[in-house]
Amino acid sequence: MQAAPAQAFLSDDAFLLELRRQMTRFATLQLGDAQGAEDAVQEALIGALKNAASFGARAAFKTWVFAILRNKIADALRSRQRAPLALAVEDEDDQRELAALFDERGHWRASEAPTTWADPEGALRATEFWAVFEACLNHLPAKQARAFMMREFVELDADEICASMGVSTSNLHVLLHRARLRLRECLENRWFSAEERRGAPC
Amino acid sequence: MLSCRQATQLLSESQDRRLDFGERVSVRMHLAICAACRNFGKQLQTLRRGARVFAKSSRQERGD
Repeated sequence: MQAAPAQAFLSDDAFLLELRRQMTRFATLQLGDAQGAEDAVQEALIGALKNAASFGARAAFKTWVFAILRNKIADALRSRQRAPLALAVEDEDDQRELAALFDERGHWRASEAPTTWADPEGALRATEFWAVFEACLNHLPAKQARAFMMREFVELDADEICASMGVSTSNLHVLLHRARLRLRECLENRWFSAEERRGAPC
Repeated sequence: MLSCRQATQLLSESQDRRLDFGERVSVRMHLAICAACRNFGKQLQTLRRGARVFAKSSRQERGD
């Protein structure tokens, strides 16, 4: 016997359209190409809809669809053997950026030292925080963003990421370090210290 | 003694591979005297948690 609610969300066009939009955004961020993203979303949806009747609740269905999508993205990334990317230009930017954060002896410059974040758990529950988080992700240089997302969104291990990006292990560690430095700085500036300053004159 | 730059590099790497014994000791010694890098270490946890919540949830689930 089919439970009625299982079918209800499948005939809710608004729900399905929104779901598809979210999936496409998610896949595009990680694959970096619209066609590949579209294919992954399509495959994930077809796979998911086959068994949709066994899901009573939208939330469970959605979680499951995203789990399938993450696997499709991981497959697409693995099958993609990227040519090693030209590093020269990025290296120069990288050195300049590090020099802005650390002095000649490698110590934090006073204005750049990480401060204590008040209530990070609360931030993760705040709606507005996610807009800031997304904006900060979008500000990462492309390679750093890709490395970070493969590691933290898709949860691939280092070897898989190196193979699909065509970079060495030490290169990957550098990319992830830089991505994390940038992200934490962006979140600190736009969220964690902005909160304290709220109401203060510019 | 590690510089902050080296310490943050190792803290970042510790999220992606297991540090060897010497690395773990030198990071710990650095953290004992450096509040900024201790903050950085805690923030890495928040970044990881945040990225996973962001990746796995929809906008509605994040309350948006």
